[in-house]
Amino acid sequence: MSDGSMTIGAAAVPAGAARRTLPAHGSRRTYSAYALVTPAAALMLIMLLGPLAGVIALSFTDYQLGAPHFSWIGLANYQDLFADKVFWTALRNTLAYVLIVVPGAVIAGLAIALLIQSGTSLRSLYRTIYFLPVMATLIAMAVVWEFMLHPQFGLVNGILRGAGLPAFAWLQDRSTALYALCAIGIWQAVGFNMVLFLAGLVSIPKQLYEAAEIDGASSGWARFRLVTWPMLGPVTTFVVVISGIRSFQVFDTVHVLTKGGPSKSTEVLIHTMYTEGFEFFRSGYAAAITVVFLVFVLLLTLVKSRLADRGVHYT
Amino acid sequence: MAQIELSAIRKSFDGADVLKGIDFRIEDGEFISLVGPSGCGKSTLLRIIAGLEPQNSGQVHIDGRPVDAIRPSARNLAMVFQSYALYPHLSTFDNIAVPLRMRRLSAIERLPLLGPLLPGRRAKERHIRADVEGIAEQLDIAPLLRRKPGQLSGGQRQRVAVGRAMVREPRAFLFDEPLSNLDAKLRVHMRAELAELHRRLKATFVYVTHDQAEAMTMSSRIAVMMGGELIQAGTPAEIYNHPNDIRVAEFIGSPKINVLPGRIRTDGGVDVLGTALKLACSAAAGECRVGVRPERIDLGTGPFSGTVVHLENLGAEAFVHLAIEGAGLRLIARLADVRHLPAMASSVAFGFAPDAVRIFDPAGKRIELRVEQPERIREPAHV
Repeated sequence: MSDGSMTIGAAAVPAGAARRTLPAHGSRRTYSAYALVTPAAALMLIMLLGPLAGVIALSFTDYQLGAPHFSWIGLANYQDLFADKVFWTALRNTLAYVLIVVPGAVIAGLAIALLIQSGTSLRSLYRTIYFLPVMATLIAMAVVWEFMLHPQFGLVNGILRGAGLPAFAWLQDRSTALYALCAIGIWQAVGFNMVLFLAGLVSIPKQLYEAAEIDGASSGWARFRLVTWPMLGPVTTFVVVISGIRSFQVFDTVHVLTKGGPSKSTEVLIHTMYTEGFEFFRSGYAAAITVVFLVFVLLLTLVKSRLADRGVHYT
Repeated sequence: MAQIELSAIRKSFDGADVLKGIDFRIEDGEFISLVGPSGCGKSTLLRIIAGLEPQNSGQVHIDGRPVDAIRPSARNLAMVFQSYALYPHLSTFDNIAVPLRMRRLSAIERLPLLGPLLPGRRAKERHIRADVEGIAEQLDIAPLLRRKPGQLSGGQRQRVAVGRAMVREPRAFLFDEPLSNLDAKLRVHMRAELAELHRRLKATFVYVTHDQAEAMTMSSRIAVMMGGELIQAGTPAEIYNHPNDIRVAEFIGSPKINVLPGRIRTDGGVDVLGTALKLACSAAAGECRVGVRPERIDLGTGPFSGTVVHLENLGAEAFVHLAIEGAGLRLIARLADVRHLPAMASSVAFGFAPDAVRIFDPAGKRIELRVEQPERIREPAHV
């Protein structure tokens, strides 16, 4: 009897204690969860979301760099922007640049990766050679390109003349300047894409190619269609989006080689933004251009995450 | 339906000989298992038959015609891989349809957007659909046709891989350890299914495995390979009962065959552990090795004795591990009647019938034996 009551009492105490401590324990866990998230959240706020909010806010003001005062002007910057012919030219040129450079750099990168992968010797040499433009400083390389594309003593025109073809004033001609910049853009991006494709190619199981061969895919093209291309799906999506975002950001070659000219034929978004913000000091207006630019990058990112959700990735 | 003939196949990788001259003939409709420990060259041999690996010398003939210069895709053989090698981006249906599309559709008809518009493509695609669905029905995978390989279990993937091999009715099927990625229970089940499939299709099956149980249970003939050589080929019963090499005897059978040190006397008699067996052979006097299968060891009677050191009771049968004093030897005996197990650490007498014994010379080759005549005549007299 006394034994029984003792047991009941003994059992009751820890049960009650547990009931009392459980919520406290739970909230302590919630606090520690927040505490653990704080550094990352703070960094994101300071480095990403804060500046973004700042830029968006700035785009609604008439702030000029160094000016003591500014006032809210609502959507006036955007009205100016959409009425400005230069902005539309810049947007059109940027989109043309992206539409040429992305397919060019992706296809060339894939082709070079396939060639290197199918070769047996000097693989790392070729890898290094094609990766060099990625590591080189683009400003310095742009100067080299300027020499190569020089109308009189440039290498490109020299070759063309040697082959009996007409020469061009590549960067000084309205009809060729943007395409010349596209070529440089492709040259610069190919190495990076190639490395990503090579990594993707290495991870394709060899047995799939053997199965394809046994199943009757005798030509290289049939095996590429059946195995390589679908298995590279996730890599290709990534490469296209990264190339897209990077070509939207095109600035350095334009700034060094053409300054947007001749007659705005190579004017691109970031260059317009730079000119407005740092040469005319119209910071509010430049912020509005930045917002437009960010919308395009965001769209690309959405496309990527949508594709990733659709199951381009395999298990 | 195909007959495959291998003559003097040699293969080396980086100077290491993997196959050292294989001569073998696989008859039409046979289920041949190439069995051996890992690294014996069995998979390489299969890949040479498939054409995925070129041999250094020797010829492969299929139906009497040399195929050495023919691409794998043109040899019309089907192969099931250890990893199944299903295309992860294609549904079960499309996986099985690949070999048909590759053969029946032209390169232009296979183009993604243009292909479906071409005349005749529809009718071909209808035939392909009917064939794939027929195969799926046979293999019980009809409900899985829309799923991707990532959503299938190991056994289901296995069936899809078999379906992809079956669908175009190849001349022969090549299997490269297809069951080794499955769990033990499913493996036993798939063993029966594959054997049944072979009976139904009556096609030539070449099956590579390191699991002697798979080879024993499914094949019409087993070819045992060791160190790049084909040591023995024969029916499962022949291989089990009359191994011509001690490595074959040791590889086939679970638990492993017991090997005792023996001696051939100058008169041709055989001594084991100091006891003369009622056997004779015509080999030269000297050391030999004596093999006895665990199920042929009779516990309770006999001239030998050992101590029970371990018991494995599997329910239907039991394995008794015996240590033989003075010889530093362990033996395993199979007991069919688990109700009368010897006690641990007890001493047990044992013996074996003369016809249970296989003896091998020091190089491992089997020595022909004859059971001594007087013994045979005397035995019925006892009864």
